[in-house]
Amino acid sequence: MCRLCAITSSEYFSPMENILALNTMKEGHDGSGLGLVLKDLGGEFGKFKGQPILSGVASSKGLRDLDNYMYAQGFEEIHMWQPNVDESAPEPETGRRDHYFAKVYEYPQLYRDRKQKEQEELLLEARLALRELGEEDESIFVFSFYPDVVTLKEVGDPLELGRFFRLGDGSLEARIILAQGRQNTNYDIYLYACHPFFLQGYCTMTNGENTAFVPIMEFLTSRGFPGYVGYNSDSEVFAHILHYTHRQLGYPLTYYKDVITPLSEREIDTRADGEALRLMRRSLRPLCIDGPNCVIGFTPDGTAFMVQDAKKLRPGIVGGVPGKYALVSEECGLDEAVPERDKTQDFSPMKYDMAIVAPGARTLTRWNQLNTK
Amino acid sequence: MEPATRLDQNHELSLRELPYIIRWRDDRCTRCGRCTAVCPVNAIEAAPHVHRRVFSEGSAPNPKAQREIVHVVRQVTDIDRYCTGCGACTLVCPNEAIEPEYNPRHKFLTYKNRGGVPFRRGGRRNDPNPSTVDQLKFTRISMLTDPALDAGRHEFRIRTLLGRNLPPEQLPLKACRGKMVVSKGDGFIPPVREIYPIRIGSMSIGALSPHMWEGLAMGVAYLNEVEGMPVVMCTGEGGIPPRLLKSRFARYFILQIASGYFGWDEIVHAIPEMTEDPAAIEIKYGQGAKPGDGGLLMAYKVLKLIAQIRGVPEFVDLASPPTHQTKYSIEEAVAKMIQSMSMAWGFRVPVYPKISGTKTAMAVLNNLARNTYAGALCIDGEDGGTGAAYNVSMDKMGHPIASNIRDCYLNLVAQGKQNELPLIAAGGMGKTGNLAANAAAMIMLGASAVDMGKHIMQAAAWCFGDEYNRCNLCNTGRCPRGITTQDPRLYRRLDPDKVAERVVEVFKAADVELRKIFAPLGRSTELPIGMSDALGVADREIAGRLQISHVV
Repeated sequence: MCRLCAITSSEYFSPMENILALNTMKEGHDGSGLGLVLKDLGGEFGKFKGQPILSGVASSKGLRDLDNYMYAQGFEEIHMWQPNVDESAPEPETGRRDHYFAKVYEYPQLYRDRKQKEQEELLLEARLALRELGEEDESIFVFSFYPDVVTLKEVGDPLELGRFFRLGDGSLEARIILAQGRQNTNYDIYLYACHPFFLQGYCTMTNGENTAFVPIMEFLTSRGFPGYVGYNSDSEVFAHILHYTHRQLGYPLTYYKDVITPLSEREIDTRADGEALRLMRRSLRPLCIDGPNCVIGFTPDGTAFMVQDAKKLRPGIVGGVPGKYALVSEECGLDEAVPERDKTQDFSPMKYDMAIVAPGARTLTRWNQLNTK
Repeated sequence: MEPATRLDQNHELSLRELPYIIRWRDDRCTRCGRCTAVCPVNAIEAAPHVHRRVFSEGSAPNPKAQREIVHVVRQVTDIDRYCTGCGACTLVCPNEAIEPEYNPRHKFLTYKNRGGVPFRRGGRRNDPNPSTVDQLKFTRISMLTDPALDAGRHEFRIRTLLGRNLPPEQLPLKACRGKMVVSKGDGFIPPVREIYPIRIGSMSIGALSPHMWEGLAMGVAYLNEVEGMPVVMCTGEGGIPPRLLKSRFARYFILQIASGYFGWDEIVHAIPEMTEDPAAIEIKYGQGAKPGDGGLLMAYKVLKLIAQIRGVPEFVDLASPPTHQTKYSIEEAVAKMIQSMSMAWGFRVPVYPKISGTKTAMAVLNNLARNTYAGALCIDGEDGGTGAAYNVSMDKMGHPIASNIRDCYLNLVAQGKQNELPLIAAGGMGKTGNLAANAAAMIMLGASAVDMGKHIMQAAAWCFGDEYNRCNLCNTGRCPRGITTQDPRLYRRLDPDKVAERVVEVFKAADVELRKIFAPLGRSTELPIGMSDALGVADREIAGRLQISHVV
């Protein structure tokens, strides 16, 4: 089962912290891949808070196509990060690719003063077009195109990849980093199947098996939102459900839990917002995940969270100190990520729980579906 | 030489023409007469035969012949008294002396049209082959990343929704200090019921005997009130006893209105005195077993009680027209009817149409998809049953339910309305006894619920009927089990308490089986509607048509 480590901090930190935590959990991942999403960036991206960053992998041909497309769309490249590859370290399992990149762009002239939603639409449209451009010959993989967010994905052992990319060199730092060490099970090793998945400020990673994948995917793809595509992994739907409930429907974050793991009719009666909840449960019935899954994610404001369903027999765990919290799939990973914490305050969210870490890693809230006062 | 008159039997049938041939054993028969008394069609009768007996007396062989008269049980060859193979004779015989045997080479239909009237019967399509639904298997078992669930110990919520679910974008909700609240007066919220996904389909009081209907109703009430299983049953066309309608049990019943509107005068008058809303209103436009035909209750079944409930005189044929006489276009008339029925209960009760399986189901579906007041669509496939119909309608008319439901579901998916308008699948559920498996398969193809009729009649009331035209006498009022008759001498054979007990047993067993199916698939919280990746079938054509896995 995939191993997950999310760290949220008030200070910038290196993704190597996540990777070292993943390494302690190595029993559970087969080193078949690493996925990283960094939000609230420091390092060399610290000065580009408002400009969108396009993260991906491309062949030389793919990069040329990508540049041509971006130029034609009016995007102006203002900065490009490429990993300072350690030539002495072992290469990724499937061979070294031509280009790993995160490019910072200036919005096209027409969009610079547009509303955020319109800018987000433009970024999504561009990302999907690039995906389509390079999907067939696998010349382009684009993972995210959004301000203040960088994504890196590759096949191989997380620690070896971290060393290969020299992720500890200080060029990449962030205040929230989600990392996944992949256990390949259901699907081919394919970069688009690697979580965390990101969409317009929302990001999740998951472990477990999504038994309700097909009905959920059908429901999302039929919402008429162009970003609900992909689904090379059954985990991608968790990010899109979060996006749908929080951004599209405007529900507060805790309702994500109510949507993916709905209460029974009898339990709903105990809630003050039962009337709304009942309607929600009925209308969003196909989005019940039915697990077993542990979902870790963040929202655009920097709130990080962990939820799981009743079938998740081995729950994830959240712990830390004000200013730094980690949300991980195994306790040993938490020990590595935040060793100085009070372990008695560690929290494994159960059937009805949601662990919510406020932006800036200020506090950890234990929210419970049945006790919502 | 025999006289010529004895050879001239050209206009009589031989037993070989009949679908069932009685095997009677002279040596076992005690001549008690029970078999001839119980036979619902008088296919057998006591008859004298002259036997030539050879015997010998004394110490040396001295054969003598003697003619003597013996009484036998004889099968008649009158086509109007053909043996239906029900086996009531076998059941009552104390000595295993009689049994009907199916004759696969019969030519019954060639002759069963006396008076220019085609063969009419009750029952189901005569097709003993497994249906498409019966061929589907559940092939996606959670094994690797997480273990399968424990069907015996895990908590399962096997429930479904009957009624229209608003699309999430249209819910009248707003966020208020971190909580979602319903903004009152902000649009119509359609009524929705949480029910058990297997329902008892529409069978009218009238078509069913009082004991049978009472047994079903008691079973349903027990399931709801004692077992906590929200099972609902549909009244069929023919009303509902007014006392029941005004009781708290009314909420377990779906009231059906069909083209004859039988019983609705009484229902409408009872509305002010009702204490509970019914589960739903079903508007019947068609029936899977006999598409294009209306309901028919023969005059001899219209006894006092039935006449009172239906608001008609006694002993008249009650034929519902094939179509609603007020319906001239689906766009307008169906919409109006749904709205009128909704209005009758203050828009608090889901209202939905039932149609027969058809290639044109999609047109109806798309109409309903745009009608805010339509609560569901029930499609009744060709394997559905009926109390009375022309054989040709039953055998040759209709559409299989599997592809009909699948097409409709995928059509709704394309529109994003798969959760908005529930589909209910009927016709052939439990045809070969696999009720839960059939229900689960239909759910995974896209149905929100399934209806059963014949299965519960067989399972709860020991109905003899099968796909070899066995018994299928429902239309005659002479049901040997007392299920579809209004003759007290027949229906007193059926103990309503025992029927109710069996109804409960059937549902509880199906519930366990559904868990046994859902648990390995890893589903327990919501019904796996449209979870088509769980299905597999060995037939490539079926797999392609239903868009499921081909497994061999």
